[in-house]
Amino acid sequence: MVNRIVVGAHYGLKDWIAQRATAVVMAVYTALIVAVILVARPADFEAWRAIFAHGFIKFASFLFALSLFYHAWIGMRDLWMDYIKPTGLRLALHVLTILALVGYAGWAASILWRL
Amino acid sequence: MTKRTVQFSIYRYDPDKDERPYMQDISVELDSTDRKLLDALTKLKALDDGISYRRSCREGVCGSDAMNINGKNGLACLTDIDSLKQPIVLRPLPGLPVIRDLIVDMTQFFKQYHSIKPYLINNDPAPERERLQSPEDREELNGLYECILCACCSTSCPSFWWNPDKFVGPAGLLAAYRFLADTRDQATNERLDNLEDPYRLFRCHTIMNCVDVCPKGLNPTKAIGKIKEMMVKRAI
Repeated sequence: MVNRIVVGAHYGLKDWIAQRATAVVMAVYTALIVAVILVARPADFEAWRAIFAHGFIKFASFLFALSLFYHAWIGMRDLWMDYIKPTGLRLALHVLTILALVGYAGWAASILWRL
Repeated sequence: MTKRTVQFSIYRYDPDKDERPYMQDISVELDSTDRKLLDALTKLKALDDGISYRRSCREGVCGSDAMNINGKNGLACLTDIDSLKQPIVLRPLPGLPVIRDLIVDMTQFFKQYHSIKPYLINNDPAPERERLQSPEDREELNGLYECILCACCSTSCPSFWWNPDKFVGPAGLLAAYRFLADTRDQATNERLDNLEDPYRLFRCHTIMNCVDVCPKGLNPTKAIGKIKEMMVKRAI
């Protein structure tokens, strides 16, 4: 194959919007969880557990985790795009990043709903 | 102001003679009328005629004498000598191949500029005199058309350093928005299609080095934001 510079993948806008939307979710969750902790003042493990056993907090925490992983995906992909030039290696790193993040999402769910 | 001596440290590299680039320490006596860095470079050239740099209009219009001055890109002809800390360190624009001393190969930069089709696309038959715009529509082009393509912005942008072959860069994107914003242009969709790409447009992470260095006081980051806004409007 000839080695020509090829661009024009026609994506990026959705990721750009998603990066901003997920950042908002994370910011709102951070404010919320800080407020909850300040109000509840959990002193021991049981109190912490009680906070996260609450259905809404579970839901919000999981949403936060998903936002974090999607945000991290875009950021990591950008890193690989900037610094890793060989296409094969970059593709491998993309796949590994996706696998790791999907795994983390499952792990987050299992932690939250095991409580 | 009286005569004064100014210290310089200048990047020198002549690929025909030098194995690798080196910094040359040199000082020059300036007259009271020498106010801009380019005046000092002219005096330096008289001392050592091997020192190579580009220059033309000497008044910030042609964009030839862009260089890295004390670590920040700028035009030699617009920079006051007395505002600079000595020794004044002069290097070529970062990120582009050096041809000799302060002269860089701008091919990549202009390739990106050409890729956004920097001309009006309008398929209607040309009117007898000119294509008119309302004063309000014309207003939108202010802060865009003034770009002199000196490359100070693109060569201060890390995204352009890492992907100069794929990322259009702040100068090219400012020019792209100049035509997207032009009500006489009819190729808005094609232009947006051309830019909707993770490399070409979305390598910009809004760090605003471009705004910081632009010798004409333009704001490529704002223009890039408006391109993204147009894309959002088109897609959502």
